Amino acid sequence: MNRHEPLIHIAKRDSIAWWRAWLVRLGAVVLALLTSALFIYALTRLNPVKVYGAMWEGAFGTPRRAWITARDTSILLCIGVGLAPAFMMRFWNVGAEGQVLMGGCATAAVLIYCGRSLSTPALLGLGLAASLMAGALWGIVPAVFKAKWNTNETLFTLMMNYIAIQLTCFFVTKWENPKGSNTVGIINQKTQAGWFPDLAGQQYLLNVLIVLAVTVCMFLYLKYTKQGYEISVVGQSENTARYAGISVRRVIVRTMAISGAVCGLSGFIAVAGASHTVSTSTAGGRGFTAIIVAWMSKFNTFVMILIALLLVFLEKGAIQIASQFHLNDYASNVVEGIILFFLLGSEFFIQYSVRFRSRRSEKEAEA
Amino acid sequence: MAEEFAVRMVDITKTFGHVKANDKVYLELRKGEILSLLGENGSGKTTLMNMLSGIYFPDSGRIYVNGKEVVIASPHDAYALGIGMVHQHFKLVDVLTAAENIELGLPGKAVVDRKAVAAKVRQICDRYGFSVDPDKKVYDMSVSEKQTLEIVKTLYRGADILILDEPTAVLTPQETEKLFAVMRNMRDDGKSIIIITHKLNEVLAISDRVTILRKGEYIGDMDTAKADARSLTDMMVGRTVTLNIRRDTPADPERRLEIRNLTVKDAEGVTRLDDISMDVYAGEILGVAGISGCGQKELLESIAGLQNTVSGSSVKYRPTGPDGPAEELIGQNPRTIAEKGVRLAFVPEDRLGMGLVANMTLVDNMMLKEYRAGKSPLVERKHPHDMARQIVRELEVVTPSIDTPVRKLSGGNVQKVLVGREIAMEPTVLMSAYAVRGLDINTSYTIYRLLNEQKRRGVAVIYVGEDLDVLLQLCDRIAVLCGGKLNAILDGRTATKEEVGYLMTSLRKKGELGA
Repeated sequence: MNRHEPLIHIAKRDSIAWWRAWLVRLGAVVLALLTSALFIYALTRLNPVKVYGAMWEGAFGTPRRAWITARDTSILLCIGVGLAPAFMMRFWNVGAEGQVLMGGCATAAVLIYCGRSLSTPALLGLGLAASLMAGALWGIVPAVFKAKWNTNETLFTLMMNYIAIQLTCFFVTKWENPKGSNTVGIINQKTQAGWFPDLAGQQYLLNVLIVLAVTVCMFLYLKYTKQGYEISVVGQSENTARYAGISVRRVIVRTMAISGAVCGLSGFIAVAGASHTVSTSTAGGRGFTAIIVAWMSKFNTFVMILIALLLVFLEKGAIQIASQFHLNDYASNVVEGIILFFLLGSEFFIQYSVRFRSRRSEKEAEA
Repeated sequence: MAEEFAVRMVDITKTFGHVKANDKVYLELRKGEILSLLGENGSGKTTLMNMLSGIYFPDSGRIYVNGKEVVIASPHDAYALGIGMVHQHFKLVDVLTAAENIELGLPGKAVVDRKAVAAKVRQICDRYGFSVDPDKKVYDMSVSEKQTLEIVKTLYRGADILILDEPTAVLTPQETEKLFAVMRNMRDDGKSIIIITHKLNEVLAISDRVTILRKGEYIGDMDTAKADARSLTDMMVGRTVTLNIRRDTPADPERRLEIRNLTVKDAEGVTRLDDISMDVYAGEILGVAGISGCGQKELLESIAGLQNTVSGSSVKYRPTGPDGPAEELIGQNPRTIAEKGVRLAFVPEDRLGMGLVANMTLVDNMMLKEYRAGKSPLVERKHPHDMARQIVRELEVVTPSIDTPVRKLSGGNVQKVLVGREIAMEPTVLMSAYAVRGLDINTSYTIYRLLNEQKRRGVAVIYVGEDLDVLLQLCDRIAVLCGGKLNAILDGRTATKEEVGYLMTSLRKKGELGA
C-alpha cells in the first residue's frame, strides 16, 4: 500500500501469554543448540550429538557428578536468591561477590579459631551467625550511604568487592597452612569439626536442603509479607513510598541487610558445606553470574532454580567436553556464550513484536 | 497556479498495539489560516500532528503538502517541506543559549556564527513581535520564553506550516493573549498554523476554522465564525453534556484546618510558599487557583506531611470544630498522621508517580495506605480485593480485571482508581491536585460529582485546579496563590474570571488583603 514504509515494524507488546513467553524461550534454547552444533561441526568436525551427550555426562553422568552439580547449583541459586530483594527494590547490588567472600571468611574464622573447643553443631551455629552478620554488614554499608547521601550503589557495592577480596587475601596469608603454601588448606581436615554432616549418606544433601528452604522463604517473603510489599513499592517509586508513609531509608537499609546476609549464607555453605577452605575463589565470580540468574528469572526465586541449574550444567558440560575431546576450554565457553546470547535475546521478542512489511500487507489484503 | 491547501491528510490510520489512535482521519489546512484541531484527551490530535511532523509514520493514508503527495519519514523530511512543530514538552537543551538551541542540528560549520544567528533571530522577532534574547541560557528562561524560543526555532528553519501542540496549557491568560497576537501576525504574513487545543474559548478566539476529532475519528470541520461553544462541544463529545456543575450551599461549615504562617523553602533555599495563613472548613470545597508552580504542590504536601517546612509554620487539624481538640500536622509524616487517626485523603498531581504504583495491580494499589494495619507480618489481600471490585463497579472503571497493572489503564480510569481509593478511606479532609487534568469531559464530571458528595458528607475538600471556569462553578471559596503568596480568598459565587486571572498574575500590595 505504501511503498516507503519501513521494512520492519517493532512495537512494544501489551502483554504476552505466559505459555507463549516460555515457548519463545524454549525456541531460543533449541536455536542456540542448533547454532552451537553448526559451530562445533564447522570447527572440530565432531558429531554435535556426541558432544552434547558428553556435556550431559559431565554434569549428570555419575551420581557423584550429579551431586556436585547440585552442590554448585545450590550455591549459585543461594546468591541469586540473595540478590532478589535488592533488585526488586531497584538497588543494583553488584556486591554479592564481596558479600559471599565475607561470609566465607567469617565461617573460616569460626572453624579455625573455635575448631578445637566447640562441637560441630555449635560451630555450625556460630559460623552461620557470623556469616550472616558479615554478609549483612557488607550490604548495609553501601545501603546507609545510599539512604543518607544518595551515593551510587552500583559503584559502591562494586568497590566493596575489592575490599572483600583484599581482606580475603590478608586472611589467607594469616591462616596459611602449611606455611609457604599460600593457601589455607583444608580446615580441620582430620577432625572434620564444623563440616556439614552427611544426610542420608549424602555429603551435599544438607547444602541443597538449606538453599531450597531459603528459596521458598524468600519467595514467600517477597510476595506475601508487608516488608516484601514495601520493597516493591520503594523499587517502583520512592515518591509513592513516601506518600504511603513508608520510610524509604529504613527499607533500603533493611533490605540490603537481608540481601547481604543471604549472600553471606552462600559463603557459609561454600566453606562449611563444600570446599572446607577459603580463598578468593570461594566466590569465584559467582557473585556476578548470580546477577544473570536473578535477572533472567525476573526475581522469581523458583525460576531461579532452573536458570542456576542451566548455568552450572553448561559449566560442568564444558569442562567435560574440553577434557574428553581435547578441546580448548574456550570452545566450551563459546557454546555457553551462544546459549546465553539466545536466551537473553529471546527476551526482546517477548517484550516486542516484530512484523515485516510483506506480512502486514498480506494481512491487510485479507481484511 | 495557486494551490489552495497547504496540507491535506487523507485516510490517515495509526495503531498502537490494539488501540486505533487515528482511524481514516481527514484534515485540510488552507494557506494563510489558523486551524484549530479540537478534541478531548485521547482523541488522537497529537498523534495526527506527530505524523505530519515526522515523529510517527502512518500505518496507511496519504499526505499532500502544497498539492503534492509526500512521504514524511523523519522530522528532517518535515522541515524540508516547511513543516515545524512546537511540542507540548519542549525539546530544548537547558544548558545551551537560545541561539545555540536554534542552530543545533542544522548543517553548517563547527563554529557557530553567533552574530549571524542573532541577527536573523532579531529579524524574525521584529517581524512578528516576539522578544528573544539570543544569549540567554534556556535554564534561565520562563516557560513562556521557552515556548517563544521553540516557535522562533521553527521559523528560523524556514517553516511556513506551524503546528502548536496545546501551547496555552502552560501560559497565563496575559501570555496567551500575547501568543495569539503573534499567531495572527504570522497568519497575516502568509503562514499556515495548526493549533491543538481542547479549550473552546481559545478555538473561538484565535482560529479561522476548526477540525474536530473524536476517539481517533474525524468528525468534521467548520468555519469558526459559524460555530459556538455549544455546537463545538456537541461535536467533540458526541452528545450534549450539561455544562452546569452542581454546587450546594455548605451546610453549617466548621473550621477543620487552621493553616498559620506556613512557609516552605526548597533545597536551593528558594521560598516556595510564603507565610500562608488561612482556614479550611468542613463541608465546603476550597479552590486553590494559581499559575502552575506557585506553591500549590508545596501547600498540599505540607499538609500531607511530605514537605519540610520552615519553623513557625503550623497546620492545626480540628476534627470536632474550632473549640475541639487540635492535632498539629506540621512535623509529622504520612504514617504518623494516619496513626493519629487523621483521615487525610490526598489525590496528588502525579498520579502514577506518587498516588499509585504504575506496575502494580489495582488490588495491590488499594492496600497502599492500609497494608500496615494489624500485627501480622503478612499482607492481607482480601479487603483490598473487595475494595477494588467495588470501585471498578461503582465508578465504572474500564479494566480487563482487578489484577491488571494500573499503568495499562487509560488516564481517566487511573484517576478513578486513585480517587476511589482515597474516598474509600472515608476521609475528613480530601485534597486533590489537578484532579481532572487530562480527563475527558464525562470523567471530569464524575470527579466533580464525587467531590460534591464528599462535601455533603462534611469533608473539608481542597481542590487545586487550573481551569478557572471549573473553579468558579465548583468551589465555595477560592484561594488565589501568586508566586508562593496567598494573594486573596474570593467567594466562588461572586468572583469573576478576570478577577481571578488578574490576582494570579499580579501581587496585591500589603494591606490590600483585607478579607
